Amino acid sequence: MPVLEGKELRIVGFLCNWCSYGGADTAGVGRFTQPTDLRVIKVPCSGRIDPLFIVKTLMSGADGVLVSGCHPNDCHYAEGNFYARRRLEMLKRFIPMLGIDPDRFDYTWVSASEGQRWQEVVTKFTEQIHKLGPAQKIEGPEAEETLKLMEASL
Amino acid sequence: MKNLEDLKKQIKDGLSELDVVIGWTDSFDPLHATPHFMRSEADVDKLKVDALCVHNLATYLPSLKGKKVGIVVKGCDSRSVVELLQENLINRDDVTIFGFGCTGVVDQTKIRRAVGDVGQVEACEVSDAEVKLSVAGKEHKLPMADVIADKCQTCRYPNAVVSDQFVGDEIKATASFEDGYKDLEEFEAKSTEEKFGFWLGEMDRCIRCYACRNACPMCVCRDHCVAQSRDPHWLSQEAHVRDKWMFQVIHAYHLAGRCTECGECQRACPVDIPILLFKKKFNKEIKEVFNYEAGLDPEAKPPLQTFKIDEPTIKEKEW
Ligand code: SF4
Ligand code: SF4
Ligand code: SF4
Repeated sequence: MPVLEGKELRIVGFLCNWCSYGGADTAGVGRFTQPTDLRVIKVPCSGRIDPLFIVKTLMSGADGVLVSGCHPNDCHYAEGNFYARRRLEMLKRFIPMLGIDPDRFDYTWVSASEGQRWQEVVTKFTEQIHKLGPAQKIEGPEAEETLKLMEASL
Repeated sequence: MKNLEDLKKQIKDGLSELDVVIGWTDSFDPLHATPHFMRSEADVDKLKVDALCVHNLATYLPSLKGKKVGIVVKGCDSRSVVELLQENLINRDDVTIFGFGCTGVVDQTKIRRAVGDVGQVEACEVSDAEVKLSVAGKEHKLPMADVIADKCQTCRYPNAVVSDQFVGDEIKATASFEDGYKDLEEFEAKSTEEKFGFWLGEMDRCIRCYACRNACPMCVCRDHCVAQSRDPHWLSQEAHVRDKWMFQVIHAYHLAGRCTECGECQRACPVDIPILLFKKKFNKEIKEVFNYEAGLDPEAKPPLQTFKIDEPTIKEKEW
């Protein structure tokens, strides 16, 4: 059994190529300790992130999703993250409607040089997800609880 | 409708310039009206406008783009027309809008719940005060207040917000924005687990007929809908609650800042899933953050299609 079995949760990070992915890299190069729960998906820009990616990720069994892009005004494509900010803010406000705790999703901005900040964000977000524990699953072996919920509501 | 003859006259006067005028007429039974495509004076004579005319006819407009089309609209339907204009899905010059002041439409689900089997309706008479029905030899009198659609109880725009011809008098609206969101607030008071369980149960009943999408005037990419696309493959063809639920979230998200709450999606749903709640949630948040309502100004830009460099109304998390 892997040492981390039962200790890790499934957290997905969508990071933009130009700033936040670089920031995470900087943190790695600087050997800053980080929790290992986060799996990174690199995207060209935070503006490329359809909020539905995040809903799909959460519905497919992730316990948390973190989005990070370039700071506003620093976007490689000038305005991608401005659009992203509006969409992500709406998502943040919408997901409680689905019965998903809004703390399971956060968005933020980290630049390529901010290795330290990346470490802080990942650590805090992971702690936040651990406090909530595993999310309700719609499928897979953990979905039994969900079936019970469904029966109770019918 | 009191001024039906005036409306018919206006339509007849405009008919020679138009390829078709869309209104409503009698349907397969006396309890329903159906969309009606008028091309001749004889067609116009069959026009009816009353509380049974529930369909939002704006849904047909995008597919008729390029033709000269007349359309009869209630207040709520006119907002869909505005939204379509705003997004260049129709041309203002090609559309002639016949508007009126609306006193509300019935909710067929409420009638069904009150009467039971409505399979054999022999007669139906609607007035402002009640719906009189005769079903399988039995008479029913339903007060309008009991069967009127929820959206009409809190209607803020009963008069067409845009029109070329307006028939009859304007009607005064009394409801406030907040009045329309009481059901949503009630739902939001539930716990996270209760909400999750509620949707699992509701969405499990979905039969993936896509009537909700097809009835929606703002769902204009039906032929390329992500629900059926294999590239990208957003949803599987399985009848799994996950896919059905995801589809509703897709619908709601694609309507964020565009939905005018005409309620057609929920009305069209054969299994009465309260999917309007998702759309209301977006609208309420969009009003709060961007102080914006869809379907009022043909020149406005939906808030998710634009941005501000500083967003004073968005409070970001401090880490
Ligand atoms: S919402 Fe208003 S305009 Fe629409 S049908 Fe009801 S009363 Fe008429
Ligand atoms: S989502 Fe529903 S309420 Fe909104 S515009 Fe479409 S049909 Fe009307
Ligand atoms: S109309 Fe109702 S049953 Fe049909 S796809 Fe939409 S939600 Fe599902």
